[in-house]
Amino acid sequence: MTSKQGHPGRASVSVAITGSGGAGVMTAGNMLLEAAAKAGWYGLMVRSSGPQIRGGEAAALLRLATHPVDSLDDVCDVLVAVDWQNIHRFADEIPLGAASVIVGDPDQGDPPEVYLASGARYGKLAMKATAKSIPGSWPNMVALGVAAGLVGVPLEAVKGVVASSLKKSDALAASITAVEAGMKAAAEFGDGTRLAPPPAKHDGHWLLTGNQAAGFGAIRAGVRFVAAYPITPATELLEYMAPALTQVGGVLVQAEDELASINMIIGASYGGVPALTATAGPGLSLMVEALGLAVAAEVPIVVVDVMRGGPSTGIPAKSEQSDLSLALHGLHGDAPRIVLAPNSIADCVTTTQWAVHLAEQMQVPAIVLSDQFFGQARAVVERPADAPYAAKRATVGANAQGYKRYALTDTGISPMSIPGTPGVTYTADGLEHNERGIPSSGATDHRKQLAKRERKLAQGDYARHWADLEGEGEIAVITFGSSTGPVREALARAKGDGVSARLVSLRLLAPAQPERLAAALAGVKRVLVVEQNHGGQLARYLRSDFEIPGEVRSFRQPGPLPIRPAALHREIVEWSRA
Amino acid sequence: MSAVPAPAADAPKSAHTAADYKSDYKPIWCPGCGDYSVLSSFTKAFAILDLAPERIAVVSGIGCSSRIPAYTSCYGFHGVHGRSLAAATGLKLARPDLTVVVASGDGDGYSIGGNHFLHACRRNADLTYVVMDNHVYGMTKGQPSPTTEPDWDSKLSPGGTGLRSFNPLVIALAAGANFVARAFAGDPNGTAEIIAEAIRTPGFSFVEVMSPCVTFRPEQREWKHHVRPSPVPATDDAAKAARRLMTDDGFNIGVLYKGDRPPYQPPMGKGRKTPADLERGFAI
Ligand SMILES: Cc1ncc(C[n+]2csc(CCOP(=O)(O)OP(=O)(O)O)c2C)c(N)n1
Ligand code: SF4
Ligand SMILES: [Mg+2]
Repeated sequence: MTSKQGHPGRASVSVAITGSGGAGVMTAGNMLLEAAAKAGWYGLMVRSSGPQIRGGEAAALLRLATHPVDSLDDVCDVLVAVDWQNIHRFADEIPLGAASVIVGDPDQGDPPEVYLASGARYGKLAMKATAKSIPGSWPNMVALGVAAGLVGVPLEAVKGVVASSLKKSDALAASITAVEAGMKAAAEFGDGTRLAPPPAKHDGHWLLTGNQAAGFGAIRAGVRFVAAYPITPATELLEYMAPALTQVGGVLVQAEDELASINMIIGASYGGVPALTATAGPGLSLMVEALGLAVAAEVPIVVVDVMRGGPSTGIPAKSEQSDLSLALHGLHGDAPRIVLAPNSIADCVTTTQWAVHLAEQMQVPAIVLSDQFFGQARAVVERPADAPYAAKRATVGANAQGYKRYALTDTGISPMSIPGTPGVTYTADGLEHNERGIPSSGATDHRKQLAKRERKLAQGDYARHWADLEGEGEIAVITFGSSTGPVREALARAKGDGVSARLVSLRLLAPAQPERLAAALAGVKRVLVVEQNHGGQLARYLRSDFEIPGEVRSFRQPGPLPIRPAALHREIVEWSRA
Repeated sequence: MSAVPAPAADAPKSAHTAADYKSDYKPIWCPGCGDYSVLSSFTKAFAILDLAPERIAVVSGIGCSSRIPAYTSCYGFHGVHGRSLAAATGLKLARPDLTVVVASGDGDGYSIGGNHFLHACRRNADLTYVVMDNHVYGMTKGQPSPTTEPDWDSKLSPGGTGLRSFNPLVIALAAGANFVARAFAGDPNGTAEIIAEAIRTPGFSFVEVMSPCVTFRPEQREWKHHVRPSPVPATDDAAKAARRLMTDDGFNIGVLYKGDRPPYQPPMGKGRKTPADLERGFAI
């Protein structure tokens, strides 16, 4: 797949396809991603659009690569604009460089100054007129062709994808002619943006969003009941799960609000059915009281928080890691809970699966902190390895003598009685209670039940997945969730500069694992804490609940813009030389 | 379909007695509280229906009335204030084989839980919802609730709220409840019959029980002199039932409305695919 001129090709190329509402840029973007996936590359696509509910300017932001990618790159190499109406609004999200290529339709006017100022080359292609000359075709198919040509995605792969989505034969033929016209034009814009060949072996890749991944992981672990209230950017997780659950014998209920959805899943789980809800920050805020009920009554549940910009309604369709403090601390009383964060799109499967497993095993609520970037990005990933995590709850059999629902066991885990089982009825209670579950406000019962609930989490087996540890050196970067991708990339570049550093990507955020972290940081002199929020929520937590060796710096950047590798790379290299 | 069929005319006598449904945990209620009678009506209703205690779940929120679950020998769930219907809905949809009865109060059910009340009526899951209405927040020691009279004086609302009380039965009809009844705690046998019929009727059954709070509303002891059996039989016409309820004096006791709307029960446990089947959807 090397180009005719013999250019070796690049390991990663970023492409933006933009246009006003109805221009079909998302369709073109998705087709490009799918064609690249079919040809064996990795990649991801995120969608950005104006504030309008429907229609309005839109941008498909793609990154295609020879290796798995979990973040956007620093610079966008190719910008294909079907038209320029309001497209200047995406300037922050589409950073161009001097080596970038802009392809625009001259009949739609000139590119906005903010793009030309980058020094990027501007190539003209009359997409609208070209499409008009091919009856039944559309300008977005010309855009698809030119983008595919610039990246080097072969025509055959694009044709396959177009054919599978357009059933009507005349529209299909016209679309393919339009793609070919775009590809032909691309040849004139040089070959500096072409990808290196894909890996030779690429069986078993998956194409999915983080929201689908989390939903699938939950089902794989055994979740069969979901109740939820729609909210951006978690809705697609629910829309994935609704039909999927029906197929596997489960149910999704649309609740009247988040207070209902979390109490519904607590009810279902009390009934013995592994249960989950998904929401975003505003919904998690409403769920806090019932999370405490799940802690006190020891009912396992999983809440996936697909984080978005906050506080309040905030920035609904943009990513931010700013619900960490709420997830860690947002319950009244001493209320131990599990907080997990997947650190890649593929990991949304495994981490959610693990969350279900831990919640069920320890009869606690588990909060999974995904985010808008993971949730709504569509990516080509390696099939996640089968993890041995399933919902497995300790239960009691019929007529067990002297059964005590909240018995003070060594592990803190006491077998649960599932309604329907004779001879072991009990009342699940959010009131403090004794071992039998009878309400008690006595000091001894309170102390013992508090300690029991804490003990359950302390004895958990987190060794394998509590964090991803990579690299070595006297500098360490501690991060979590979707900040992991840019950190990993920055560290790889720093290594190229002769700076080696460790990566600690925390998957288990609560209960805190200070001993494990101390071991991972042994010998470290400098620690950079990276997170996507304004207040430094992770940095504060590390300071309060962990011992961090050496000098600590906090690198924090709120949404809506992604943390890009270049800024981190600079920070790490400069600090290492300071 | 309800999990509990109506008994045949020649059905044998129940193998259970009310005592089989009582736990050994002593209620914390004030002496004379109406909720004692409602508890006995629950256990009598279960005996009438001859249900095994482990097949029943009694779900509640927070309030004096909401303490009922642990006083039964059934499976109990004492959740947070106002959310009993949500927890019960989740339980019933996940476990359609269980009989789920919900206990609530006028504060728990109509104020903090008001939204769930509307949507439970509308959703029409096969639940029986028993609200012990004493026109007061008993547990928090005497504040006005949505059903309290506008001029009822209290520390929190001196001189009364000035707000008209709302009519939960009419609201239930408007929102789509399939069975609507008014009962009186002073008649535990009659209340037991109504609760049994509510459980037997598929869909969302709402039973508002006038249950005196002798501590904060001692004048409610007089209710026994005012209540009377409803002079007309239950109707299947919701508009007619609503009109009757809006014009009566609030003391007609009995089943007021009985519809035939099929209950909401998504097909739990029906799908036969496996996660491995789902996984194919992600393959490129
Ligand atoms: C979120 C929350 N807010 C307030 C309370 C305090 N509270 C407990 S019971 C109650 C009112 C109960 O009134 P009602 O439902 O009528 O029950 P009753 O005690 O009269 O039977 C209130 C306000 C609470 N437990 N939780
Ligand atoms: S305060 Fe009222 S409602 Fe509560 S137990 Fe006493 S009498 Fe019953
Ligand atoms: Mg009350």
